Amino acid sequence: MSETSESAFVEFERVQKSYDGETLVVKDLNLSLPKGEFLTMLGPSGSGKTTCLMMLAGFETATNGDIRLDGKPINNIPPHKRGIGMVFQNYALFPHMSVAENLSFPLEVRKMGKSDREAKIKRALDMVQMGAFGGRRPSQLSGGQQQRVALARALVFEPELVLMDEPLGALDKQLRETLQFEITRLAHSLGITVVYVTHDQTEALTMSDRVAVFEAGRIQQLAPPAELYEKPMNSFVAQFIGENNTLEGVVTAIEAGECTVKLDSGDIISALPVNVSAVGDRTKVSIRPERVEFNPERMRDGTHTLDAEVLEFVYMGDIFRTRLRVAGIDNFIIKTRNAPDQVRLKPGEQIKIGWLPEDCRALDA
Amino acid sequence: MTDASAPENEVMLTSDGRSLKSSLNRALRREKIRALLLIAPLLLFIILTFVAPIVDMLFRSVENEIVGNTLPDTVEVLAEWDPETGELPSERAFEALYADLFLAAEAKQHTRLGSRLNYEQSGISSVFRSSGRSLDDVGELTQDVLEDLDPAWEEASFWYGIMQGTGDPANGLLKSRRDRLAALTTEDMSGDIGFLPGSDISVVLPRTAAAYSDFAIFTAIADEDVVSEEEPWEGVYAAIGLDLQDPALREGILAYDGPGAAQLNAALEAELPVINYREAMIEIDDGWADLSNWEVIKTYSPRYTDGYFLNAIDMRNGADGAEWRPENEQLYLTLFLRTMLMSLAITFSCILLGYPIAWLMANLPARSANLLMILVLLPFWTSLLVRTSAWKVLLQQQGVINDLLVGIGLLDDANRLVMINNATGTIIAMTHILLPFMVLPLYSVLKTIPPSYLRAAKSLGATDWTAFWRVYFPQSVPGIGAGSILVFITAIGYYITPEIVGGTKGVFISNRIAFHISSSLNWGLAAALGAILLTLVLALYWVYDRLVGIDNVKLGG
Repeated sequence: MSETSESAFVEFERVQKSYDGETLVVKDLNLSLPKGEFLTMLGPSGSGKTTCLMMLAGFETATNGDIRLDGKPINNIPPHKRGIGMVFQNYALFPHMSVAENLSFPLEVRKMGKSDREAKIKRALDMVQMGAFGGRRPSQLSGGQQQRVALARALVFEPELVLMDEPLGALDKQLRETLQFEITRLAHSLGITVVYVTHDQTEALTMSDRVAVFEAGRIQQLAPPAELYEKPMNSFVAQFIGENNTLEGVVTAIEAGECTVKLDSGDIISALPVNVSAVGDRTKVSIRPERVEFNPERMRDGTHTLDAEVLEFVYMGDIFRTRLRVAGIDNFIIKTRNAPDQVRLKPGEQIKIGWLPEDCRALDA
Repeated sequence: MTDASAPENEVMLTSDGRSLKSSLNRALRREKIRALLLIAPLLLFIILTFVAPIVDMLFRSVENEIVGNTLPDTVEVLAEWDPETGELPSERAFEALYADLFLAAEAKQHTRLGSRLNYEQSGISSVFRSSGRSLDDVGELTQDVLEDLDPAWEEASFWYGIMQGTGDPANGLLKSRRDRLAALTTEDMSGDIGFLPGSDISVVLPRTAAAYSDFAIFTAIADEDVVSEEEPWEGVYAAIGLDLQDPALREGILAYDGPGAAQLNAALEAELPVINYREAMIEIDDGWADLSNWEVIKTYSPRYTDGYFLNAIDMRNGADGAEWRPENEQLYLTLFLRTMLMSLAITFSCILLGYPIAWLMANLPARSANLLMILVLLPFWTSLLVRTSAWKVLLQQQGVINDLLVGIGLLDDANRLVMINNATGTIIAMTHILLPFMVLPLYSVLKTIPPSYLRAAKSLGATDWTAFWRVYFPQSVPGIGAGSILVFITAIGYYITPEIVGGTKGVFISNRIAFHISSSLNWGLAAALGAILLTLVLALYWVYDRLVGIDNVKLGG
């Protein structure tokens, strides 16, 4: 992960951050982004993702290590000289200025002429479909409109790097989805590099080129969304991204591409060894709920099966969510698509479940 | 517009046909009454202890009944006198002045009038005071002759008999004399006095009947004596002297046949001393020969006056209406101006000193911010007097600051700074005292400005200063406004601190008001000054509202 390539546009190298001199909020961060990438920092609160963003923006200084922008170290450059656009969670539109004045601000401080300013403001507002709102005050706009303006303001001075700190956190679901799409569209059409911070995994998966999952000040995994979801590298990522079933046990045999795990209940299953190295290692086996099969006709040959008892059936519209008791744990979830031929399980039913070995990943304990 | 929407001018009706508005009012009435009842005790308290005294006080700034109440007859006669002629008022005016003054002197009210008029014309109070002592002498001239003529004139019961008469009582006369005395003494003059002036005698000897009635009311009510046992005042003798020498009354006296008719007729034929009241009054005090004293009485005879207000802006009522006072008597405009300018200076230094503190408090972590808050509030918990006196210790020429500066060699011992008993002292001490009034509202506003605005500004390319000045500062203006209003309005009426550290060059208008309330007792002028100050503050408030908008003033939240 610590490749120091020539093509890197933004680069964190061995960056550490501590506020009190006793604990590290960011531990040894190495990260590099090529130009034009949309990278999302995803993690629970307190994982250090916002601190990383603030260090990049210049509002926090790195305690140790280097941050480089376009090859130049920026540790000692004050925020206003970094030329990085930024979008805040609470929009941070200046309430005493109109929308147009808000957009004019970054151009004025760059001493741009009036006509240039007006042209750029108009283009930026049109870009976010807010062309008709230039004369309004931020307080006269809805949350979604405010965020569009904030976006336009961060883009109006044409920065190459834009940072977004949970920009959609305060919006309702529908608006969030619309804006997610718009932000991605804009980012790609303008060719800007975006570092996006969020704690919403859906947002991270749908918008990003790559996602960096933060936990306890470290990047747990940095990968494109599909890889992150389907091939989590450790049990934290598996738990944090999407819904996940975890079975605990001990590795009893291991060879290339497959290992055998004896679960704590005594059942034996085979799994893909991802994060286990030797026989006797404790492991958490991770299976996605939608990869679990209970219809014997659809199971492939060689599928391991386990006995299960149906505890609860929840109708969720597009899918059915069924809670089972499997191998001694009673929060094993399976998700099935609502299709005409789909079986609706009833509580108390005894079934057999199974999955492909490659869908079952043996991760760290 | 769909069919369902009612035209705009049509009254909205409720389902049972009443108008929606009246229905709403009815529904809200109970709540309104309950709300009113909740604040009623406070409202009553404020009206009784705050609004009413202020209204009363403001009323004093135009009220001027004392001249009309003390010298009612004189004022009436003076109405026909024109000071432009350069002549003294008529003999009748002097007669009336004698009668009015005599009564006022008996009621000990003449010095009050003297002090009142002295505000307008200095020196006039001594005229009234000395006149009061010698009025008896004039009446005694007639008294002596009458008593020589018939010893009955010495007897209280004889006088009582004449004046009481035998026919119908003159109730109207008694009532009007009671009212006049009540107005003069501002005391209740009703109650039984054991005397009723006869209607016959009050026609035959009108001046005497009036003077005796005054005497009777005063004796019975103020002195609590029996009227029939007391010899009348010298003023009554003076009155009977005038009546007996009045040709218009001669016929009536000759025809009179009531009690004491014989003595009256004898007196009518006798040679009573002809008293020239003008000369008599001038002899008592030559101030009565001074035209300007009469002019003052005439000018200030109406019940209401603008004199106090004119005085409060360094003007006075001259011969041709309002005019400026002489240069050396001008004081109040300078004081008003100084009060305003110094209050402004104090407000600005409070902003300068308070803004950084409020900013720190709003941006520090809670623990340190609380400590700062306690430091800001600490002066609040110390007595105002103690704080001001402490500044005296610090600022005086042999004080801590001067000693320190001399000690470290920054200052020559001979050139110690004068920082107290002048405007500097007042500004320093008052800035310190009023600082919390600036810091607290400012703090509560600054606290609501999220730090992300500054970050946003910097991320957009603004330097620290531009970010502060263009983004942070405009949002803090409502706090500055609230603080400034608090500080300025408090400062403009401040009294204790300027009094202690202000010397002569650093005192405010309120110190002058206090002086007139407690030392010179010119309450009218104090009220006028206070009214102007109140108007000034309200006017400034209005201007502020127009410029900044009172909605923009935030005390927090």
